[in-house]
Amino acid sequence: MELLTILLEIGQGLAGLGAGAAAIGAGLGVGRIGGSALEAMARQPEMAGDLRTNMIIAAALVEGVALFGAIICLLVALG
Amino acid sequence: MSTRFNHLLLALSLGLGHVVWAQHDGHGTHESHDAHTTTNASQDLGNAGHEASHEGGHDAEHSGEHAGAEKGSFDPSPFIIHHVADAYDIHLWGEGEGAVHIPLPVILYSEAHGLDVFMSSAFHGHGDVKHTEDGKYVLSHGHISLAGGHAHEGHDDYASHEDHEGHDHGPALYDFSITKSVFGMLLIMTLLVLLFGRAAASYRKNPGQAPKGLTNVLEPLVMFVRDEIAVPSLGDQKAKKFLPFLLTVFFFILFANLLGLIPFIGGFNITGTVGITAVMATFVFLLTTLNGNKHYWGHLFWPPGVPVFVMPIIIPIEIIGMFLKPIVLMIRLTANITAGHIIILSFVSLVLIFGETSAVAGYGVGIFSTAFMIFMYCIELLVAFLQAFIFTLLAAIYFGEATHEAHH
Repeated sequence: MELLTILLEIGQGLAGLGAGAAAIGAGLGVGRIGGSALEAMARQPEMAGDLRTNMIIAAALVEGVALFGAIICLLVALG
Repeated sequence: MSTRFNHLLLALSLGLGHVVWAQHDGHGTHESHDAHTTTNASQDLGNAGHEASHEGGHDAEHSGEHAGAEKGSFDPSPFIIHHVADAYDIHLWGEGEGAVHIPLPVILYSEAHGLDVFMSSAFHGHGDVKHTEDGKYVLSHGHISLAGGHAHEGHDDYASHEDHEGHDHGPALYDFSITKSVFGMLLIMTLLVLLFGRAAASYRKNPGQAPKGLTNVLEPLVMFVRDEIAVPSLGDQKAKKFLPFLLTVFFFILFANLLGLIPFIGGFNITGTVGITAVMATFVFLLTTLNGNKHYWGHLFWPPGVPVFVMPIIIPIEIIGMFLKPIVLMIRLTANITAGHIIILSFVSLVLIFGETSAVAGYGVGIFSTAFMIFMYCIELLVAFLQAFIFTLLAAIYFGEATHEAHH
């Protein structure tokens, strides 16, 4: 019983780590998308509008996966 | 035609599923109560080895309680959940007895009591468990349930309710209450109808003239949805067909997000509620599938130009993707808005946590906390607009995929 309680506590701590890991992944992904889009925009300013839209779509897709992670961590921490 | 009927059925079952799900949630709370009583009972039997398990149970009980109900140690997690979750009243300020609430109507249907309509101020009691005066209903941790579980049992005592087992076989209670989120949605709908009704009337009154006042505010937003979202992803012809839906969704999400950001009016979390975003995502899914042409279904079930031996992998992925797209649409909006609320509430909690150790620490942290809160509010303003934009843009892209004509 004691072991179970301790494991539960550790699990809740790990949920926080998991949320952090999800944030790292999303940060890397969105950073790369943003950086590449900016480079492309600097190279071809006339395409800036199109690039911006596509950048936001790609960022939203990456962010969606990260939010899956965050939600699961939240459920573990609260449940 | 039969596929259309099937989709309608699916939508209906999703809608009903929400009600049943809410029901099940209520049962979950009671089960945790049962667990707690059992832990207590085993403690009473004198099992010293159960000390730890009792501690665990006690912690669980504490985290379930409202933060204001207990003095001394402040627990941020129930405080935050209480403010993010839906409620039966609008909580303005204050805690416990001195709290100021705006009551909202509660509409309940059960086989035992029939249809009951009353204001949520009819619930009386201390802490988290409240009763109606006639003893029919119990409001426990934000969920209304029938008192007593079964009609033939005494339903005046919460303890009997707590000890009752086998809730899953108890009578069903259907909850159609005007909760905080529902009230907020009605507010937004009225506001949208009034604003856009006036704007439309001004176009009718002086056609061909430059817009003024309110119309001048709304026109750039409508133009933005048309020129930046609908036309690039759908093309001129189809954009006209889908624009009413896209504009409705865009302005609903935008206004709901902004309403949630106004402080001191109860912290509406409309677009941060899974049920509401699920309905919007279901509509996107239905419109995509119902408008899907031969080209779309062909790509889904037999992608052209793919080697046959990859097909067993590709086709399931495509079919899962069809359902996953609206699900991700739903989770993205919910998670973004709820996360924003949680971060702001965390800064509030920080002040309360430090304020407990000493008043100086509370004030000291309070200054930085408030500065960060203002910063977060600014970011949330951006997020409110961005999430409305992304939801509408992705919906438009899905519609575009479904109605795209073959050109190769």
